[in-house]
Amino acid sequence: MSKAFEPSANSDSIVSVTDRVRQVEIGVPVSAVHFLGEAAVFVGDEEALTFVTGSGEAARLPIHDGAILGTASDGKRIVSGGDDGKVIEIKADGSVATLATDAKRRWIDNVALHPDGTVAWSAGKTAFVRNTKGEEKSRDVISTVGGLAFAPKGLRLAISHYNGVTLWFPNMTATPEVLDWAGSHLGVVFSPDNKFLVTSMHEPALHGWRLADARHMRMTGYPTRVKSVSWSADGKSLATSGADTVILWPFASKDGPMGKEPGILAPMPSRVSMVACHPKQEIIAVGYSDGTVLMVRIADGAEILVRRKTEQAITALGWNAKGSVLAFAAADGNAGLFTL
Amino acid sequence: MSETTAEKIPVTVLTGYLGAGKTTLLNRILSENHGKKYAVIVNEFGEIGIDNDLIIGADEEVFEMNNGCICCTVRGDLVRILDGLMKRKGKFDAIIVETTGLADPAPVAQTFFVDEDVQNNARLDAVVTVADAKWLSDRLKDAPEAKNQIAFADVIVLNKTDLVSPDELAEVEGRIRAINPYAKLHRTQRCQVALSDVLERGAFDLDRILELEPEFLAADDHDHEHCHDENCTHEHHHHHDHDHHHHHDHGHGHGMKHYHDEDMQSLSLHSDKPLDPNKFMPWLQQLVATEGQKILRSKGILAFSGDDDRYVFQGVHMMLEGDHQRAWKEGEPRQSRLVFIGRELPEQTIRDGFERCIAA
Repeated sequence: MSKAFEPSANSDSIVSVTDRVRQVEIGVPVSAVHFLGEAAVFVGDEEALTFVTGSGEAARLPIHDGAILGTASDGKRIVSGGDDGKVIEIKADGSVATLATDAKRRWIDNVALHPDGTVAWSAGKTAFVRNTKGEEKSRDVISTVGGLAFAPKGLRLAISHYNGVTLWFPNMTATPEVLDWAGSHLGVVFSPDNKFLVTSMHEPALHGWRLADARHMRMTGYPTRVKSVSWSADGKSLATSGADTVILWPFASKDGPMGKEPGILAPMPSRVSMVACHPKQEIIAVGYSDGTVLMVRIADGAEILVRRKTEQAITALGWNAKGSVLAFAAADGNAGLFTL
Repeated sequence: MSETTAEKIPVTVLTGYLGAGKTTLLNRILSENHGKKYAVIVNEFGEIGIDNDLIIGADEEVFEMNNGCICCTVRGDLVRILDGLMKRKGKFDAIIVETTGLADPAPVAQTFFVDEDVQNNARLDAVVTVADAKWLSDRLKDAPEAKNQIAFADVIVLNKTDLVSPDELAEVEGRIRAINPYAKLHRTQRCQVALSDVLERGAFDLDRILELEPEFLAADDHDHEHCHDENCTHEHHHHHDHDHHHHHDHGHGHGMKHYHDEDMQSLSLHSDKPLDPNKFMPWLQQLVATEGQKILRSKGILAFSGDDDRYVFQGVHMMLEGDHQRAWKEGEPRQSRLVFIGRELPEQTIRDGFERCIAA
């Protein structure tokens, strides 16, 4: 793998593997891609998933009556929330089950999956969790939920909203802890070592807290809102979209990125729209708003071109669990699979 | 907001004090045989009884941006809903946002100025305010929200005119004009207004800022805003050298009662001499930075010295956007005109500051 990053001696251009990409037409705008077993599953903006198997065959699977607003996957299943008020579970064999239907048919804005099979979702100001026995609990927060994330340890749900994040242990009666910071918090992620929590804000900025003492970490300087973040394989760096380079925040020390300069990788004359770190190696797949896809090695910034620019932004990007296949899709539904 | 407006979904904001008739107007828009589909965003706790396929409940969640601008509030729920609706592009032609009776229209409008995703996909078409002819005069005295909604409006639907006498109607119109002489005003019963008068107005489209005459000075049957064709040759905007648009002169000779609202006013500035862009731009930016909380809306058509293009701008509180619009036409008087609508505007300070921007 890493050998592929070395440009040949007399080449002055970037190494390209574009001729090894298997193209797939999904036919509709794609918002995310997950892997279930061997299949890459592309999430359409509306109604259906598209399963693409190793042989390149595409099969459409309708799941919602309307827009698909959010999905999450653990590699064994996908859960999705729709504007039809439904929370749907999809398994690798293509079976589809309705886990919940909102009583008022409100939009299901966010979903999250816990490794033990517990599912979380939100509608309006209410976050719900449903364990594998089908028991449901809910918690209201001060404003509409911006994002949900399960902590890597224990059953703890981060619920982002206006002016902070609520950390809720659904199985405990104690009042949830609230991490404050003024503004609207959208996406939320825990660091893999469970030491930090990071939100992407409505402003072009990230905000972080050290969980031990709720110490603030401001991560600013982006020209546009950060919509895609991904932890590196070793969990020590957070790769982010939003600028015309990948911004890589260092989280190896106990202070996180405070007082340190972020890493800057893969500069292009276009905005980074999606990032996806390789699950095992220190490599990041990067999608741009002009349709380019690169792989970049964290250590030295060496790049490989996976997809040439078009006019359409990359809107979905993801690796399979082994890290042997990279899947991506652009806003026009043109997708591709690259096998390393 | 002014770029490639063609592909962007138009958004009409429907405001009005409680009971004025917003829902009546909304139902009229939805039920009329116009062949268009609307996505409607309503307040969850608002009035009910709207029959539409695509109806979304909103919470009117306003938050303050962390950009050091104290009045820069936006509707986060609207950002989220518009983002979700864009996944269903092609299923509707336009969006209508109904606000609660007590809502300030500014955060809705500001959402279209500050959010990049919203700007890329949608454009604010107009703020339409439904007002109750019988009760508006009272509400303007006791409800600051009602005054905000009138001041902010591009279009005012003065409803329930059958419930008032001609004198009462003249009084309420006078009070509206004292606050906002620039909005298009339509007198209605049961919100019977032509839909073309409330939809597709392009009120926030820089390319359609054609004139800034107080609306009631235009002849009633001569709607010059319908000239959205660049090549329109109606030379009907006869500017006179004397400034008769000063707000104290409202309504003279039109049989309309004259009122001066102590709290909310409009201010019009005019110059036949070109402005110095190196003085004007810093002045305008400084003005909205210091007085932006008081200034609800601002608009201007400007003639700069040494510049053959018309410059247009508009603003909501502290937010401004502006651009060169087109070349001045041959024979077209190169005049600058600005209007501000706001609360307790420091009129003399603004006039003096503007005078200093006139090129020597």
